[in-house]
Amino acid sequence: MSTPDRKKKKKELFALGNEAVVEGALIAGCSFYAGYPITPSSEIMECMAQRLPLIPNGVFIQMEDEIASLGAVIGASLAGRKAMTATSGPGFSLMQENLGYACMVEAPLVIVNVMRGGPSTGLPTLPAQGDVQQARWGTHGDHPIIVLSASTVQECLEMTVTAFNYAEKYRTPVILLLDEVTAHTREKIELPRPEEFEILDRVVPTVPPEWFKPYGENLRGVPPMPPIGSGYRVHVTGLTHDIMGYPTERPDEIEPSILRQFRKIDQHYHDIMLVDELYTINADIVVVAYGSVARSAQLAVLEARKQGIKAGLLNLKTLFPFPRPAVARLARQCKCLIVPEMNMGQMSREVKRVNNGLTRVRTINRVDGQIITPTQILKSITQV
Amino acid sequence: MSEVTKIVHDYLRHKKRFPHVLCPGCGHGIVLGSLIRSVHSLGLSKDNVVVVAGIGCSGRLAVYVDFNTVHATHGRALTFATGIKMANPKLTVIAIMGDGDALSIGGNHLIHAARRNIGVTALILNNNIYGMTGGQCSSTTPPGALSMTTPYGQLEKSFDIVDMATAAGATFVARATSYHARIMDQLLTKAFSRQGFSLVEIFTPCHTQYGRKNKFKNIVSMYEDLKKRSLDVAAYRNLEPEKRAEKFPMGVFVERDEPGLEQLYYSMCEQMQGRRP
Repeated sequence: MSTPDRKKKKKELFALGNEAVVEGALIAGCSFYAGYPITPSSEIMECMAQRLPLIPNGVFIQMEDEIASLGAVIGASLAGRKAMTATSGPGFSLMQENLGYACMVEAPLVIVNVMRGGPSTGLPTLPAQGDVQQARWGTHGDHPIIVLSASTVQECLEMTVTAFNYAEKYRTPVILLLDEVTAHTREKIELPRPEEFEILDRVVPTVPPEWFKPYGENLRGVPPMPPIGSGYRVHVTGLTHDIMGYPTERPDEIEPSILRQFRKIDQHYHDIMLVDELYTINADIVVVAYGSVARSAQLAVLEARKQGIKAGLLNLKTLFPFPRPAVARLARQCKCLIVPEMNMGQMSREVKRVNNGLTRVRTINRVDGQIITPTQILKSITQV
Repeated sequence: MSEVTKIVHDYLRHKKRFPHVLCPGCGHGIVLGSLIRSVHSLGLSKDNVVVVAGIGCSGRLAVYVDFNTVHATHGRALTFATGIKMANPKLTVIAIMGDGDALSIGGNHLIHAARRNIGVTALILNNNIYGMTGGQCSSTTPPGALSMTTPYGQLEKSFDIVDMATAAGATFVARATSYHARIMDQLLTKAFSRQGFSLVEIFTPCHTQYGRKNKFKNIVSMYEDLKKRSLDVAAYRNLEPEKRAEKFPMGVFVERDEPGLEQLYYSMCEQMQGRRP
């Protein structure tokens, strides 16, 4: 017998960040996973192998490499599935070819990259944040992309749902960057009830097939997408295509096609740019952080506040498109921005670009496979 | 208009801007015609046929036919096809690849698709050369042959696609040439209608990039060469080893009836879901 009080209580889980990603994906309606094992992301794959065969129409397949994994995910996405894969640095490098394809054909899908130390095989079991710029610019050619991050296990779940929603809403691949620390932290999370999340599905065409323009213009800049087998016999190609989806080399067709792809993300900046702010309202010093480092930064900021220093935290949950308005506003307001990250300054480069001389930007970089501690950040805050 | 031509026209995309990219005399068009006739003879709905193609001359074939078509990345056609088939097993999935596409850059995907017996048909158009990129040698260019990247002769041995697919565990392996259109029709019809992974290799001559450099006077002489050298697989096996050198076998090499991966997977899921409380 459950009391009304009991009912209200949410289901709790003691889960790894990687397991939370799986929970989030299943809440979002993911029904296809193709992957290749790689530390430190393997738990996502193992968990999917267990869960997907148990849900109606769930498909799990282990492919021969990461190139094939993303290929299969794109195929499933074209066939109408919400599909994802997970990997780490070396695998993410292999995926860049097909990632560009997914951008070009506007296939909604989610790639989780649990970052480990690099370059190359690097540090398989140690954390880093070295893939930030690769996530943005890794594949060749000009392309828009959405890159998200998560700093806690609860956020892993929530951001995975968000990643699927953005992918479906904007018909684009979305990359969720985790680091080894977040992925392998085990903590208590609340499993949200399904009604708490808005789950978005891709828009499918409603016009008769003979009227349908697969890459046509519309207000949102996001063309409807029919699944393969639904009667809309569309041509999908990685070649630059016209609005009918056929290859083109005409300048008057190439440019609008590329520009629309950018515009569909650009004009929805305000929907996509997610940040969490803590004590930033009157802050003199603002720490700009993401991933597990944001957690260290949070503790450092709280400690600094105890010491009477007006510190604040800007946690970037969206990394790209870069949350320019939030950073620019704080740059105008505070005396110093501190950017701690586990790389040689991949995000501080963006912060400096937006800051453009408005205020001081201090960086804390760590590439020794160790996390950035609250003490380290606090030291930097007090030095300022 | 002859009956055959009429069928082909029913399946071509009329909105697509022609002319096509293929050279005069190219065998690829014959293969595409055979694909259309096979799909037609099986009575498959256009909506349920998916043609996934790789990159190269063969990759361009997908755009002309009025099916669900995907022009994938170089060598990855089979991975896309695997995803599509697993996501929706009701579809008939055909992956068209060239020799460079399937054997060189996509060799890994080919052997794994064969091993896991995924229910797609791999249609490999083997012209012994990278045609679209300008005539560089591929992994099926025979030893001694000249190409843009082997100007003094190919030193490496070439892959035998049939042997490789057989070794990788493919449950249907067949070969025809674009000279033998009727045989090709039969093989493709069989491949599209069966369960599990099917591989059909088609020898299709490329005079522009291969024949010209290798002492073939014109494209017709290349078709004549295919006609002269081909032999049914049963007859080939009876041939004395020393006589085999000038010939190549054609027909069905392997045919085993085994359920495809997608069938096994979905029946496993049904079982697991039934077992749940």
